[in-house]
Amino acid sequence: MAPVVLQMSCVAGLLGIAGLTIFLSRAKSATAIVYSLTLAVSLLALFGSIRSLLGGVPDISDLTLPIGLPWLGAHFRMDALASFFLVVVNLGGASASLYGLGYGHHEPAPHRVLPFFPAFLAGMNLVVLADDAFSYLLCWEFMSLASWALVMAHHREPGNAKAGYVYLVMASFGTLALLLAFGLLAGPAGDYGFAAIRIAQHTPYAATLVLILMLLGAGSKAGLVPLHVWLPLAHPAAPSHVSALMSGVMTKVAIYGFIRVIFDLLGQPTWWASVVVLILGGITAVMGILYAMMEKDLKRLLAYSTIENIGVIFASLGLALAFQANGLKLAAALAFTAALFHVLNHSLFKSLLFFGAGAVLTATGERDMEKLGGLIHRMPQTSFAVLVGCVAISALPPFNGFVSEWLMFQAVLQSPELPQWALKITVPAVGALLALAAALAAACFVKAYGVTFLGRPRGAAAETAHEVDRYSLVAMFILAALCLLAGILPGLVIDALSPITTAILSGRMPIQANEPWLSIVPIAESRSSYNGLLVMVFITISASLAVFFIHRFASHALRRGPAWGCGFSDSTPAAQYSAGSFAQPIRRVFGTLLFHARDHVEMPAPGDTRPARLRIELHDLVWEGMYAPIAGAVGYSADWLNRLQFLTIRQYLSLVFATLVTLLLVLAIWS
Amino acid sequence: MVVISDIIVQGVQMLLVLLLAPLLTGFVRKIKARLVRRQGASMFQPYRDLLRLLRKEVVLADNASWLFRVTPYVTFAAIWVAAALVPTFATGLPFNWTADLIAIVALLGSARFFLALAGMDVGTSFGGIGSSREVMIAALAEPAMLLIVFCMALVAGSTQLSTVANFLASSYVGLRVSLGMALIALIMVALAENARIPVDNPATHLELTMVHEAMVLEYSGRHLAMIEFGAFLKLLLYISLIACVFLPWKIALFGTGPLAYAIGAGAYIVKLAVAGFLLALFETATAKMRVFRIPQFLGAALMLGLLGTLLLFVSRSF
Repeated sequence: MAPVVLQMSCVAGLLGIAGLTIFLSRAKSATAIVYSLTLAVSLLALFGSIRSLLGGVPDISDLTLPIGLPWLGAHFRMDALASFFLVVVNLGGASASLYGLGYGHHEPAPHRVLPFFPAFLAGMNLVVLADDAFSYLLCWEFMSLASWALVMAHHREPGNAKAGYVYLVMASFGTLALLLAFGLLAGPAGDYGFAAIRIAQHTPYAATLVLILMLLGAGSKAGLVPLHVWLPLAHPAAPSHVSALMSGVMTKVAIYGFIRVIFDLLGQPTWWASVVVLILGGITAVMGILYAMMEKDLKRLLAYSTIENIGVIFASLGLALAFQANGLKLAAALAFTAALFHVLNHSLFKSLLFFGAGAVLTATGERDMEKLGGLIHRMPQTSFAVLVGCVAISALPPFNGFVSEWLMFQAVLQSPELPQWALKITVPAVGALLALAAALAAACFVKAYGVTFLGRPRGAAAETAHEVDRYSLVAMFILAALCLLAGILPGLVIDALSPITTAILSGRMPIQANEPWLSIVPIAESRSSYNGLLVMVFITISASLAVFFIHRFASHALRRGPAWGCGFSDSTPAAQYSAGSFAQPIRRVFGTLLFHARDHVEMPAPGDTRPARLRIELHDLVWEGMYAPIAGAVGYSADWLNRLQFLTIRQYLSLVFATLVTLLLVLAIWS
Repeated sequence: MVVISDIIVQGVQMLLVLLLAPLLTGFVRKIKARLVRRQGASMFQPYRDLLRLLRKEVVLADNASWLFRVTPYVTFAAIWVAAALVPTFATGLPFNWTADLIAIVALLGSARFFLALAGMDVGTSFGGIGSSREVMIAALAEPAMLLIVFCMALVAGSTQLSTVANFLASSYVGLRVSLGMALIALIMVALAENARIPVDNPATHLELTMVHEAMVLEYSGRHLAMIEFGAFLKLLLYISLIACVFLPWKIALFGTGPLAYAIGAGAYIVKLAVAGFLLALFETATAKMRVFRIPQFLGAALMLGLLGTLLLFVSRSF
């Protein structure tokens, strides 16, 4: 069976499950049935896409279905790029289904989630498979609507209705931008097939417009600043395994769209396009992680951290564009591989972390970190898996996050070769922004993990928490293991990605499997090399040596006692550092400028026994500076136009008459 | 045969850094004491402190989790591996090819990540204040460090420390503005990362003024010994890093014989002593800053690193 047929059958299977679910969603066993079926289908699709990706370069297969526009049909195609993104989508789908097998039982309204879950998965698969603009947009819309339904699953919870509304508006806006982009790509001949678009010549103006429209369309779905505002509202609103899919996988589908159009369909890029993408990526990375640092809601923090990672990916893509525009194929392949590697990594650890947040939510009913704490004692397995995720997302060796960041920094170091002055100045500055984002990410996840899982419980819910079910744990541990594997065997991943760079950039990184000891070497060993496996082995050996000598020669005596705390050992758990206080130094350093952050201290007069109060004031300048004025303008003009609804019949008639006369006048003057 | 001798040299290097690290700290303390006309403890006092800590029992807070007990070993191992990756008396050691300068920065980052978590584990406010300030300092020091790495890598054409040291030792590089900026920035980052004056005071035990010491406040016995040892090693690592990049004088180049290794080791010890003396001199001459002055201090390091890198992007000959 051709790979694309297998994938389409899986999609049909997922849609079938969605249809079936409508009938049995009120049944008691529906949750188990639906998630096991989606798990099976996702695994099949995952297997198919991995086989197709590793199968080699010419493994491209097409399929045309007699649906869609008359005489055109719907085209689907699977090449190396699509295969890779299908691996990401279906890996996320399979792990979310496995997690859902356990987590789904805590769902208060399963009939609001179950039908849309497989439909959402099917939608994401279809977007990646689509091979003509019409099917692409249709599938994109289908994916957006299915995820919107999932965001609205708990529509009575405060804030969710607004999240759904903002999401819908932003998704429609994004689709509009994509529609226009494809319209420009199709050109006057109007052939919507990707094959025709790929061959067609695009004028520089059209190419510029397409780039801007794709940044608006795909960027709004991925969460590029300043189009990110819906993301921290919508992603946390959905059930946790859906949040994992939206944050870890759907943003990747948007990146797929961007890559497909800009790198594949548009042809040779211009160099200044890369400056735009680079700057947007760098700003997104730093802003995203700073927002995350200020956040105390665990799931919102994770959503903001997704924005950071999207920024990192876009910055790498911008580098790839810059190299590609100047014909530096090897460097372009390096930057592009870094971006794709980070796509895979982020889907792994972000899903893991959202699963962890879901486990915390199940166990305590809390998303507010300031009411949690000490969960490492109550939920040892969950906290171990989440710790792995936190280390991986903080880009620390030997886990996978470090490898993609390392590749990206190596790509930055290739850029003095670039001839344009603007790039010569932009690239190091963006490199500095990315380094800042990486360091802040580590700080942010120290905060997230430390406040949630360590310390003493800050409330009754955290005190009585229990470990979650086995399915959820297995899903988390599989992802944690994959994070480690991709980190210690990065050469295999890079080699698996090379068909994509060969097909799209007609360049590739050196074959890593030939390197001794599974090192990865982007250019040459004397320039830079990294070996995750050996780093891990060395750390293990030196830690074991230390433990061995300590336990052989040092005192074994151990006494448990109250914490010393410089004599304040009986303080209440509320005296611990909380999320807000932990972020305070960084808020003072960056927040005063970027968020207009102010700390207000209300100190009662001496002798007054009222407690002193600290109030923190934060502003989302993007929302206040950009969206609020637009919303205000729309509201104002709607109010104003509303008067037209209440005219008398005479006024209506005169209005129609005046319009007619004006139009005739215009026509007369025009001709 | 070559492999075996390589591994022996590498082993010697790893033992050497382990043995020298406490002595370096003791030396700096002794010089500081002499400079303010105190007698000071013996240079070998850090060894005695470590041994005494090892013999003591551990008092563990009731609330401490497994993470708290594992962290000293993880931290120590990460710093030790990072130190093994830096060429000290010879370049081209087998471990040097495992990872490059970016990985060394990240390994030190891992050590700090776990220490900061451990600071929050017991659930007292002092641990929290230490962790929170430590990550703030790191959030500024790490990007500065990466920019310094970029700067060196652009001059030497590599992020591999052995190659960098080889290049700077064997060919005429001359005085360069960008390298000068990188050196100043690296010294500033090293002061911050090692919790030295003016960023933090390693000798203080006044809770509200300390950063690193507040974070490890709850540690005792063998755990504290590992953490202290890790801190000694980190100071040695940064000085070795500065020495191997900016002063690769007499460093044994790859593939040279035992005599070169001996000369290299001698030169290395001299370099450590000089750096230790300068550090002590600097620390007695300055005062500690307020916590919220630190961002300006590190921001200057970040700017210097960025300027150095930009200069190199503009022209390779700066």
